[in-house]
Amino acid sequence: MALQSLDIKQRSATTTPAPSVRKTMEVAKLIDVSACIGCKACQAACMEWNDIRDEVGINTGVYDNPVDLTAKSWTVMRFAEVEEKGRLEWLIRKDGCMHCADPGCLKACPAPGAIVQYANGIVDFHEENCIGCGYCITGCPFNVPRISKEDSKAYKCSLCSDRVAVGQAPACAKACPTGAIQYGSKEDMKDYAAKRIGDLKERGFDKAGLYDPAGVGGTHVMYVLHHADRPELYNGLPSNPGISPLVSLWKGFAKPLASLALGAVALGSLFHYVMKGPNEVSKESEREAEKEESQ
Amino acid sequence: MIRDPKDLQRYTPQERANHWVVGMSFILLALSGLAFFHPAFYPLTYLFGGGTWARILHPYIGVFMAFFAVLMYLRFWRLNVMTKTDKEWLDRIGEMVDGNDHNMPEQGKYNGGQKAMFWALTVCVVLLTISGVLIWRAQFSPPIGLVRFGAVVHAVAAVAMIALIFVHVYAAIWTKGTIRAMWYGTVTRAWARQHHRAWYRQMTGK
Repeated sequence: MALQSLDIKQRSATTTPAPSVRKTMEVAKLIDVSACIGCKACQAACMEWNDIRDEVGINTGVYDNPVDLTAKSWTVMRFAEVEEKGRLEWLIRKDGCMHCADPGCLKACPAPGAIVQYANGIVDFHEENCIGCGYCITGCPFNVPRISKEDSKAYKCSLCSDRVAVGQAPACAKACPTGAIQYGSKEDMKDYAAKRIGDLKERGFDKAGLYDPAGVGGTHVMYVLHHADRPELYNGLPSNPGISPLVSLWKGFAKPLASLALGAVALGSLFHYVMKGPNEVSKESEREAEKEESQ
Repeated sequence: MIRDPKDLQRYTPQERANHWVVGMSFILLALSGLAFFHPAFYPLTYLFGGGTWARILHPYIGVFMAFFAVLMYLRFWRLNVMTKTDKEWLDRIGEMVDGNDHNMPEQGKYNGGQKAMFWALTVCVVLLTISGVLIWRAQFSPPIGLVRFGAVVHAVAAVAMIALIFVHVYAAIWTKGTIRAMWYGTVTRAWARQHHRAWYRQMTGK
């Protein structure tokens, strides 16, 4: 166990219960998109705390930099320019792992212990167990994990599980100058969000709301959105994310069913042999063949 | 090595070598592939030097097998074209499985069951190769929908193929005197007469 003070709720490719005697409080990060100014302090704090330096990229004409999540950029601000009621709105979303309650990456992962979900809700990759197959990418409804080109391991936001384990807030939350990133218990974060949503509604954003999608059992990174009815506005945040039915089929009931079927075929063959006996060349065939040979 | 000059040649050395190259690749693929499919099989990765090595090797072995499977297909497909007699044979497969081959129609080099096996395995290899390329993360990154579809197809085709190979291997064990055809190429005349009478006539002129 990498972090002994964090108990484990689920462990990839493991069919027996994970160590879970302690009941930990569920935590969450709340990203209030309406309070974000796009300063990227969270990106800087993330690389600093986690000690990862992505290569300097190129400017693609928009503020997004780097342009996408990578094995070395675990969080990225995505800038969307949207026109609403004749006014320009600059919607800036801090993208990264959502820490789903029902994580598609963990479901798809074939390597025992490469992905764990702590009892507090954090979904963490343990790269030392990762085999680099990329199934986590296949399973993720948010397109978050990235395979490193250097070591072929999968990486993503850890919600600073190492900080959280010792009672600290994630680095991005610590660094945010406007309070757009809040961290605490999931309950507290929901209460805080309710207040913010009330404010936004008073200011005319009548569709403001919390993004905590039920399709993945809720997330441990939540957004306050001014347009909660249209999350796609925010650089394609999915409106109803869930584990793809194909992934559920593949890593769900197909697994035990297929294993049983293979076992049944093998055992069936054995018992067929035992009960029917071998299909031997009969004495008659031998006699006839010999007779024909001598003709 | 000739055991009995009267034995009939069923497979040439090239055919046998081709078969076993495909067979051995298949065993390696099944072992490493099952490891990624269900955690109960994960320890099989140790046969390959650990999970990461199994992940690296599996697709390359797959490409290797696909190549030799195509060669094998070209060698054997003509002999596996289904005929009316084969369908008749398949209709009575219940009797055969029950251990009674007295009423089975006369068979050429391959019976209806073997031909059905040939085509089912061909379909599996095609599906596994295409879907395998789709989910080969280290080399390709197609759209996510295709990857997910590929993962399901790969798993289903793999389970089907492993089950078919179980049947293939068992049929060879069950029918005594068969495995030597793939080891050293020949079968006895009596074996041919009993199981593939039409082929026996063709080979011996009797």
